[in-house]
Amino acid sequence: MKTSERIIEILLFLSAATAVMVVALIIIFLLKEGIPVLAKVGVANFCLGMNWNPIAIAGEPSYGIFPMIVASFYVAIGSLIIAVPLGITCAVFLAEIAPSWARSILKHAIELLVGIPSVILGFIGLVLLVPFIRDHFGGWGFSILTGSIILAIMALPRIISISDDAIRSVPREYKEASLALGATHWHTIRKVILPSARSGIVAAVILAMATSIGETMAVVMVTGSPSILPDPIYDILDPVRPMTSNIVLEMSYATGDHASALFATGIVLFVVVAVLNIISHKALKSKMGTRR
Amino acid sequence: MSEIEIESRNLDLWYGSAQALKKISMAMPEKKVTAIIGPSGCGKSTFIRCINRMNDLVKGCRITGELLFEGADIYGNDMDAVELRKKIGMVFQKPNPFPMSIYDNIAYGPRVHGLRNKEELDRIVEESLKASALWDEVGDLLDQSAVDLSGGQQQRLCIARTLAVKPKVILFDEPCSALDPISTAKIEDLINMLKHDYTIVIVTHNMQQAARVSDHTAFFLLGELVEFGKTKQIFELPDKKSTEDYITGRFG
Repeated sequence: MKTSERIIEILLFLSAATAVMVVALIIIFLLKEGIPVLAKVGVANFCLGMNWNPIAIAGEPSYGIFPMIVASFYVAIGSLIIAVPLGITCAVFLAEIAPSWARSILKHAIELLVGIPSVILGFIGLVLLVPFIRDHFGGWGFSILTGSIILAIMALPRIISISDDAIRSVPREYKEASLALGATHWHTIRKVILPSARSGIVAAVILAMATSIGETMAVVMVTGSPSILPDPIYDILDPVRPMTSNIVLEMSYATGDHASALFATGIVLFVVVAVLNIISHKALKSKMGTRR
Repeated sequence: MSEIEIESRNLDLWYGSAQALKKISMAMPEKKVTAIIGPSGCGKSTFIRCINRMNDLVKGCRITGELLFEGADIYGNDMDAVELRKKIGMVFQKPNPFPMSIYDNIAYGPRVHGLRNKEELDRIVEESLKASALWDEVGDLLDQSAVDLSGGQQQRLCIARTLAVKPKVILFDEPCSALDPISTAKIEDLINMLKHDYTIVIVTHNMQQAARVSDHTAFFLLGELVEFGKTKQIFELPDKKSTEDYITGRFG
């Protein structure tokens, strides 16, 4: 009995350890592959360099990914600008207004949306959205705007479901207190329910941003690929190359320092996403703290 | 004899198919305290929550019969629940201050109703806190979070918040069930003060409390009104056997 318990405990520990080990190994591998080029050109030059020219025909190759970092943030923030207002209003509707039958239909629809593989969204974006934007707004069609729209579609279900949870976990007593004072339902939502759910909603938004920055397939298919800043910088109809695209587009033929530079791009991506995830966790934690 | 403020006539209430209130008829006079007592699940909270239409939030809740406030049907087509709740305030079982400052809690109601003038708000906050005997304790701490107050202080804050809207009626739904005896005594003192200006309906499972604070008492059992009358009479000479059994502690 005692030994069998012991064995089970050890097995459980080993399975838990495996998950941690895998993460650790991935990080170690990423660092090992990426660090040589970072050491060679310098972290600052790599992150802030404007020029990405890994296979120089004449002269030295250069590895600057600043335009790609900007591109990643551009499409991610663009997606939030579209998805956050839509997502939060949808969550308010779901949590506060929808009758239960409408709620269950919407919930299922949103789950379906999560299940759509990103390559399909990318494909739809490529076939429908790119020509639409080209014809109606101008430019190539491959653009920050197109990427933002596709990413917004992907971010919506996540923002909706986490915000919905946050709104529904606001104590019912707050709502009753507000209504009993003669406030309308809308006033109660704006002044009591949303502020009480704020930290959960903020966490949802940051998490959505982290996933948007890390999203690859759909983005590659609709944003184009030039590794330069948009010109002028605010032109959202210009094509760009986010960090994820950089890796996907060049990994099949990169060797030596070039391959290392792609891994280094991965390191930067990993750090950005990790920081956003930590902030999102912190936001959720702070909610727990203030709740009685 | 004072005027009747709230009157219920043959009020029935169902949650889905379960009937929670059966033919409740009683009249609550103006500027008096009416206590509703009875064992758990007897419908007393359900009844009080009809008066300010809090049951509107409950899905599948259906009401028939008449419930009148100042002669107007609370469930009539032309009754606006939001307007009604301005006149009929409510203090809940569990103290439920908003997670905001003490000041903002009390100013919430007046702000809802469109008051923006800072001096006026300041005056209402002070008045309400004084009326709920909380000013001496928190007058200097108005910017502090209301959630940090003790349970009894939170409950008096909730009373102050209700007073700030200047209602005519205040409904108390077991206001002391989550409080210690000293805080309970303070709330009871407060109710005795408030009844000079407000019509009060209080639900309580504490019979001594009903005896101490109320002018009239209604005894509910299994969704029915068993007996309603002057508190003194209900406690000293009840008509019905079940009232006597409950009051003397034979069940409940």
